Parts: sequence; C-alpha cells; structure tokens
Amino acid sequence: MLVMPKPDLTVLARRGEIAAALRAIVPGESVIETPTQMRVYESDGLTAYRQMPMIVVLPETTEQVSQALRYAFENKIKVVPRGAGTSLSGGALPLEDGILLGLARFNRILDIDFENRCAVVQPGVTNLGITKAVEHRGFYYAPDPSSQIACTIGGNVAENSGGVHCLKYGLTANNVLGIEMVLITGEIIRLGGKHLDSEGYDLLGLMTGSEGLLGVVTEVTVRILQKPETARAVLVGFPSSEDAGQCVADIISAGIIPGGMEMMDRPAIHAVEQFVHADYPLDVEALLIVELDGPQVEVDHLITRVSAIARKNKSKTLRVSNSEEERLLFWAGRKAAFPAVGRISPDYMCMDGTIPRKKLPEVLAGMAVLSQKYDLRVANVFHAGDGNLHPLILFDANLDGELDHAEKFGADILRLCVKVGGVLTGEHGVGVEKRDLMPEMFSQIDLDQQLRLKCAFDGQGLLNPGKVFPTLHSCAEMGRVHVSGGKMAHPEIPRF
Amino acid sequence: MFMFRAARWLILKFLGSKMLKPNTELELSDIVSSATAPFEVMGTGTKQRLGRKVSGLHQLSVQNFSKVLAYEPEELILDIGAGALLSDVEKLVDSKQQYLAFEPPDLSKLLGSKHSGTMGGVLACNLSGPRRIKAGAARDHVLGLNAVSGRGEIFKAGARVVKNVTGYDVPKLMAGSYGTLAAFTSVIFKVLPKPETEETILLKGLDDSAAVTQMSRAMQSSCEVSGAAHIPTVGTFLRLEGIAPSVAYRRDKLLQLLGGKTEVLDAENSAKQWRNIRDVIPLADDHNRSVWRLSVTPSLAPAIIAKIKSQIDLRYYFDWAGGSIWLDTPQGAAQIIRASIGEGHATLIRAADAFRDGDVFQPQPEALAALTQRVKKSFDPRGLFNPGRMVKGV
Repeated sequence: MLVMPKPDLTVLARRGEIAAALRAIVPGESVIETPTQMRVYESDGLTAYRQMPMIVVLPETTEQVSQALRYAFENKIKVVPRGAGTSLSGGALPLEDGILLGLARFNRILDIDFENRCAVVQPGVTNLGITKAVEHRGFYYAPDPSSQIACTIGGNVAENSGGVHCLKYGLTANNVLGIEMVLITGEIIRLGGKHLDSEGYDLLGLMTGSEGLLGVVTEVTVRILQKPETARAVLVGFPSSEDAGQCVADIISAGIIPGGMEMMDRPAIHAVEQFVHADYPLDVEALLIVELDGPQVEVDHLITRVSAIARKNKSKTLRVSNSEEERLLFWAGRKAAFPAVGRISPDYMCMDGTIPRKKLPEVLAGMAVLSQKYDLRVANVFHAGDGNLHPLILFDANLDGELDHAEKFGADILRLCVKVGGVLTGEHGVGVEKRDLMPEMFSQIDLDQQLRLKCAFDGQGLLNPGKVFPTLHSCAEMGRVHVSGGKMAHPEIPRF
Repeated sequence: MFMFRAARWLILKFLGSKMLKPNTELELSDIVSSATAPFEVMGTGTKQRLGRKVSGLHQLSVQNFSKVLAYEPEELILDIGAGALLSDVEKLVDSKQQYLAFEPPDLSKLLGSKHSGTMGGVLACNLSGPRRIKAGAARDHVLGLNAVSGRGEIFKAGARVVKNVTGYDVPKLMAGSYGTLAAFTSVIFKVLPKPETEETILLKGLDDSAAVTQMSRAMQSSCEVSGAAHIPTVGTFLRLEGIAPSVAYRRDKLLQLLGGKTEVLDAENSAKQWRNIRDVIPLADDHNRSVWRLSVTPSLAPAIIAKIKSQIDLRYYFDWAGGSIWLDTPQGAAQIIRASIGEGHATLIRAADAFRDGDVFQPQPEALAALTQRVKKSFDPRGLFNPGRMVKGV
C-alpha cells in the first residue's frame, strides 16, 4: 500500500489562518476550501489513489505564485502543483496537509512568433490549444500525448510528455525553448527563451520531467513546426510478435524513421475492433501501423520500401491508406485502444515501461507467464519505434484485493522491463505509481545523487513530496561528505 | 580497508605525474575520494582553451575509458567510453549508415588543438553544429551516462533506451557542465540513420537583413531545411537532406518560394561548405583575435550585428537562421557585445589567456547564479572538479 509523507498536525491546525493568508495573495474566490469544491482535485488520471488537499489555490499571475510559494516556504507548508490533472502516474495527487496549487488560470497565449518559429504561452494552455493557435498558418506543436485535448503544456513540461510522433519529432524536452519558473522560495527564474540552448548548466533540461518537485513553471516558450505536406499509413498484420518486431528493426535499419510506428497485440486488436470497427484483421498476433510523413514524393517512396520490408517479414495482411479518411481510420483503432479495453473490463491499469526493442518477444512471453500467474488478462499497445510499451492490465477493483493483485502484476512487468535493460517509465512519469520501484533501476547512490539535486532546489522538501523518490532523507543528511583522504595511512605522502 | 589500500597504491603509482589517467571506475573513484586538492577534469585536452582558464592543477583524464560498450544500430543507441575519440565514433557509425544528428563540430582549427576531442568532451561542452535548428544539440541526443561525482561516488543516470523519463534528466544536466559536476566514464547517445543525400541552395547578394528574412521564410516552409547560414559577401546557404527524390522536390519548391539569384551545390560541395560552417573555418585563421558565439533570437541578428559593428572592427557570420552568430573581434570586447544582444547569451570561445579570466560565459542573474552554485555543490561539495572553469570561484 502506498505510504505518503505523514501529515503535519500543526499545519493542519492552522488551516483557517493559512486560507486567510492565501486570500491576501490571490483574489478571495481563488482560494477553495470546502470539501464539495475541492472534490474535483482529489485525484488525477491515476484514479486508484485519492486524497483531499488541505486547501486549493488558483493563482493567475507569476507574482501571485511567487508570493504563495514564499508564504508556504516561510511557514513550512507542502505544495502540490497541478495542471489539468491528467497524469497517469499520480504526479498531482494532493497531500492532506498540502496546498494544491492549480495553474489552470494561466491559460493565455502570450506571443505567437512565426518569424522565429516559436510561441510563448502560459502553462495552463492545453497541448492542443497551442496547435489550434498556430494552425491557420500551417504550423503545429509536435509532441502529441493522447490526452492532448485536455493536458496542459505546464504538465507536459513537468512530465516530459511524449506521444506517437516523438520518435521523429522528439519529446517535450526537445521542443521547449525556454521557461519562467518560481522556486519554493518565491524566487523567479528564467531559463532559455527564443534563442537556443540556455547557457550554464542545462537547468531547462533538468526541469523538464522533474514532476513538479523542483519548481513551478509559469511560462513556456515552445518550438512550432510547419506541418508535413502529407501523411500516409501502412497497416500490417503479422503471424507473430517476433515477425512484427523484426519488421520494426528492419525499417529502422533501412534508415527510415517513420512519423509514427505503433504495435498492438492480439488482445488489444480484438478489444479495439469490437469497439470502433476499424476493419482490423482478427487472425493476426500483432498489428503494426507505420505512418510516413513529408512531401508526397518522399512518402510514396517510403511506403513502397516499408511495404517490401513488411512482406519480407511474413506479413499476413497489408493495407496502405489511399485517402486521409482511410489513414484516420487506421489510427482510430489505436487511438481508442484505452477506452476499448475499458469497455471489456470494469477497470484497467496502464503501465509504461520502455525496453530495447529486440527484447519485445522475451518481454511479451514473460508477460504471458505473469498473466497466468496472477490470473489477470493483459492487452498490449506499444510505441514500437522507441520501445515504449503500454501493457493494460484488466481487473475489477470491486473484487476484494484485486487492485492490489493488479498492482503487483504491474510491478512485476516493470521489473521485467528493467531486467532486460529497459526502464520503469517512458513517458508517464514515476509519480506515486512507480515510486517504490525506483530501487529496481537505481542504486542508493544514484538515487541519493538525484535527491541532492532536489535539495539544491528545495532544501526543505516542500514541493510535491512523496512523489518519485521512495525515501526522503533530510537535506542535511544528504549533504554529508565521506572524506577518506584525511584518514589514510602514511600521511607523510604528499597528496594532491 | 581494501579501498584505503587501493587508494594508497594509486597515489604511489601516480606520484610525480601531473596527469592521472585511471583505467577503471574504482580507480577514478579512489583518486577523487582521497584528493585533497582540485583537478582539471578532461578527456584529451582539445578544449582546454574553451571556457575560463584553469591552470596549475593536477589533471585528471578519462581518456583511458575509450571502449565501445554497445553499439546497436537497429536500437539507435551507442554506449561508449567518455574518452573515445569523436573521429573514431564518426567512422564507426558511418559504417552502418548512421550519424550523430546534432553534428558535433571539430573546433581544432579554431582552438589550435590536435584533433576534435572525445565523446565526453562533446557532452561536457554541449557542442552542436548547423543541424541544431532541426535536430537539436548534444543535450537532445544524450540518453545516459556513467560517472564519478566530486564526492567520489560512482553513479549512473539514464539508460540504453531512446525514451525514458525515470527520475531527473541528469544526462541533460551534464550537457554543457564543462566537467564541473562529474567525471564521465561512459556516455550513451542516440544515433540516427544518415540522410541518403544532400543539396544546398546558395542565395547570392543578400545583405544581413534580407538573408535573415529569407532564412526565416525557408524555415517556416515544410521543406525541412537542416542548415541555414549566411556568410556576408559569400552568400546565404540552405541545406536539404534526405532521399534523392525528396531533396529534389524540396529544392525546387524552395527555389520557387525564395526567388532571386541562386546556385545549387551538389552533395559533395554542400558537405564541404557545411563542414566549414560547422567548424568555424571562416573565422579560424587569425589567432591574435577573439572569437565569440552568440545565441540570440534569430530575427534580431542583423540589428545586433549593426550595433556591435558601429563600435568595433568585426568579422562575422550567421548560423541557425540567425540564431547563432559567430564573431571575430579584437580582444576584450565583452562589454560591447553583451550590451548588444538582448535576451540570449554570448560566449567567448577563443581568446588570449588574459581575457579568459573574466566572464567567458554569460553572467547570470543573482537567483540563477545561486541555484547554479547549489547544483554544483550537490555533485561536488568539496569543489574538486574544474574550479572556476565556468564561473569565477565556483
């Protein structure tokens, strides 16, 4: 069971006073403290965990964020930042004795600069909102997490979100040029901007994917790109996941980086087909969607090559999209994979490991064994190009102990990913969900080094504690240096 | 007990030598743990003249960590010793028709060093070339590393997979840290398929302002321009890479879009031109002068140049569609340059030693400088690694 940091009773006892102090910083209606109004904030996309916050505050300006954080810092009150609350790892799970800092009111687009191919936006603007604001000139913002209609760019920065197109176009980290952020002390810091590569340490890179533990982002400058002229997709069915996996490896070995390359296993294909009728083949073990984008002449050329590679790898069925409608139909099934699985099971849990692609057959076989062991079904969707696996574990939370059982199954899958050389999370973040598995991947020394970085930003551990790291030592404890130099034998030997 | 013995053995072994070249992570860790004075951390020392001057220290080199630990072309990963030479890596990945897409430069002509240095150096200095505008810098391609911190602890970060958000992105933090945080033993990079061919459109007769406008128009198109540079009096270069029919199509489309007096460089000529631009050859010749690199808002480049040019004698060219300005100036022009750039940063890349004691890197506002110092301490609390290399006293 998940253990969160112990609530500070002295803070809880001061709740009324804290609310009043926050009302002096933001307009009165922006401080929320009634249970009914706070209910919507009790969980994020990982609904298995719920916790009412102490107080919700919704600032609208960087100055307000700065003052609220400084107040929390001076009064030793924990703070959990939140965007749209679509995290699948519990990154925005509130704390009983914490302020939930919602950034939803930072929803303005500040500057669209086509000449310099960037946009400056507030963190509460949705991912898709950026594309909507620039598409009249043919531009878009490339990273496309499946929650893009709802998730905010601030949350994307916190989680370093990916999407189906990130193999070719990069993750959030590769598409963010600058941020303004506020430290827990209230200090406002700007990193990067419309120029490339912030000088000094790459704190922008460090902030991206730091899951709200280091600072609160109040402005984001993103790179925007001209949309590719065309896109076409190939839908290929294979008799085995080995064949599909080999096809993916051969495509990349042939020097082709598709715009998107997605795989589904048999249970996922069947769930999806029942749900959206995308005309997927049902007699195959693995289905691959390969999307090529760019100028027509390039796309046509690559489609021919990809088709040939697929045939060489024993494809059972192969269809090439001949219209935009058909391309979207190919994707309709993949994009509906999560709700489709939700339809055939009362609950499902979405995992997010990344593995070296060549280990796919081994991992799928291991998962089948685990599925029998736990007596729970699993369906797989897979960002095949970059090895990011999303096993969906099917379970029923109303059955006694089954959530716990499913979580253990999930943990075993992630252990398997790490064992074959992979990682715990490719794009959803560690949050609370994978927190206790961190030692599977990192030694205590590795983790301590990361915790010391946390201390450099937030020495009192007030920003989003209980996430990412399994144990929290005090920063004073972390800072101890083991010096062996002074204790060595033969002190007469000169040392450098 | 074993550790103490090993450390003593090392000290005896290296006594009298100014450069320490450990062969294993454990040796490196022992050297750092038992050190009582700071080191100049380095690979092969080809970039010693980059950054603030560090002198009089014992040198700690990772050049013996040079093995290929894993190269898996179909997984797009290369895990290699930090001391491996960039030139060897380029040959290795080229043999599988792959490349380091961020186009790390060979600054040996500019800096007067023997060769292009090591992979650890590429990461430590976050080097990238003209393709930065499309493909990113070293920071965008590093996936992981093994290293020894200033605490003498062996740690790892990242992994041999191309997509990973587990824990903080420590590998990115190491990009551009100039050896002040950790001594890398191995680095993991993403490698990508090399484009089949390339061509370059050369626009002639444009002044700075017209050149930046045309480069911006090209970058705003869907032509996937992978290099946009302007060398005054020579011309404005726009590179296209990919499969031949696609390059031809995009070349025609761009020619139509931009118009004017143009020439098309074939693959061989194109590659030659971009190597020159990448390696700062146009400004490499006169070692009596300083060379600066400015990273600025691209559209502001012409105005920035006009402002500096009105005050000092200058040679320059634009890369990154104007976002990167290479400047050749008399020594000691820091104030004039930094007062002219607005948002962005100016780095002194090459200068006489006397001028490398000042702010080689862009000075930081107070809160950021304090944070930088805390980050440094989190890795190197005793200040053992490259003290003063980036900031005086840090």
